Amino acid sequence: MREILSVLESDARATPDRIAALTGIAEDEVRAAIAAWEAEGVIRRYKTVIDRDRLGEDRVTAFVDVTVAPERGRGFDDTAERIARFREIRAVHLVSGAQDLRVEVEGASMKEVADFVAQKLSGVDRVTATSTHFLLRRYKDDGQLLTDPEPDQRLSVMP
Amino acid sequence: MAPPRKPLSRVVEACPPSGIRKFFDLAQTMKGVITLGVGEPDFPTPWGVRESAIHALTRGATTYTGNSGLLELRELICADLAARHGITYRPADECLVTSGVSEGLDLALRALVNPGDEVIVPEPSYVAYQPCVAFAGGVAVSVAMDPAEGYRLDADRIAAAVTPRTKAVLFGSPSNPTGAAQSAEDLTALAALAEREDFWLVSDEIYDRLTYTGTHTSTAAVPGAWDRTVLLNGFSKSYAMTGWRVGYVCAPEPLAALMHRIHQYTMLCAPHVSQVAAIEALRSAEPDVTEMVADYDRRRRLFVKGLDELGLTCPEPGGAFYAFPSIRASGLSSQDFAEQLLNEQKVAVVPGNVFGPSGEGHVRCSYATALPLLEQALERMGTFLSSRM
Repeated sequence: MREILSVLESDARATPDRIAALTGIAEDEVRAAIAAWEAEGVIRRYKTVIDRDRLGEDRVTAFVDVTVAPERGRGFDDTAERIARFREIRAVHLVSGAQDLRVEVEGASMKEVADFVAQKLSGVDRVTATSTHFLLRRYKDDGQLLTDPEPDQRLSVMP
Repeated sequence: MAPPRKPLSRVVEACPPSGIRKFFDLAQTMKGVITLGVGEPDFPTPWGVRESAIHALTRGATTYTGNSGLLELRELICADLAARHGITYRPADECLVTSGVSEGLDLALRALVNPGDEVIVPEPSYVAYQPCVAFAGGVAVSVAMDPAEGYRLDADRIAAAVTPRTKAVLFGSPSNPTGAAQSAEDLTALAALAEREDFWLVSDEIYDRLTYTGTHTSTAAVPGAWDRTVLLNGFSKSYAMTGWRVGYVCAPEPLAALMHRIHQYTMLCAPHVSQVAAIEALRSAEPDVTEMVADYDRRRRLFVKGLDELGLTCPEPGGAFYAFPSIRASGLSSQDFAEQLLNEQKVAVVPGNVFGPSGEGHVRCSYATALPLLEQALERMGTFLSSRM
């Protein structure tokens, strides 16, 4: 059954009949499994990995390390959830190390991102410090290499 | 100055050039070809393995190694064989690192065969088997296996070809070109025959990791077979390392010693840097292998089903990355089929007759090709067949 997920993970558009052909699992079972995973929230959504550099889109991304004063009884959860709700925030992770949260912010320009960090993010209760790293170039995203694929150097017929 | 007048090697001259050559030349000149004709993985070598080789080069792995190969590599190979198949070889004197299975095959035959000895080759077979028997001074005796039985190694058919001169049976499992993976039962029957008639089993297991419908049975693991088995294997297919030319041969010590003798005077050693890469492959590339095998398996299912829908039936290939469908319904010979398919639809497959007369009426299709290309190839084959079937 995990086979179904690994097919979907590499191609979110794979239809149940195609998945059935690839895995040898009956199409009905594929449909049922996917429906169950969707209901349980195992499958969160179907996504497309876009190479924004190639698209020529001028979006700006920054990774921001956030230091948080944890709350008695709640730890980092409330603060993390409050931060996660901002539209500008793409990802929020609690990490080990010197800072507490590592978040990904996206905006139309450096100024927009800087303003968001300065005015909104640092202003969230219990956020005591931020450190912003602007993304310069993506080489691999979501397990997908964004560099040019290696050319196939095999000869076309070989016994 | 007169040109040389004495004849060149009669043995080599008598060996027909690879039937694939003409077809290969044609395919090379064409653009936009989807190739199902390649006998190697479409994955590049896992990056961790390549990185370790680069590092090794910077550290000076540019020398010869000992003839047998790096001891660490032989230890890892023997541990891997023990873990996966429960077979025991001593790294010191029963395991030899070679420049691919190709060299191992040549060593095995040269160490086994006396002039005129017969080596039975079940067909369809890999293209190098019969020539290598001839180069070693032996006589290849081909025996056709039955497609209706999934090309299983039928000990009865082989028994019928055994003579007092039979020195060995040479076969690959899983098979190039049929994809047939041999069962423990059939290998056991063959081993019993080998013992009764006193011949060797030269077992090419280069595709052992690429087995989908069950687990691979190593010939050496079959009861009674170890003493008369030469086990050939390597890194090319499992780890996508074809160009590194690194493989190994394992055999009982007296035979291993003879192979070592030939190897030390002819090859000297397998490439040092490739041996380092092979060490890294055994140490760390298991997840890569698992991923590649899962991928081949998906393609196999989709492709075999697609062939079936086109009316090109084939026994389910249990291993390797080949399907060997019958094309008889098209009314064409395998050469004509392959040439016309290439010319009209730009899909390259290998005509079955290059794998022996019993391969006629079939073509070998490799599904070591990206899924979208496989699907496109099936479509083109459908167009090709629509006017012929």
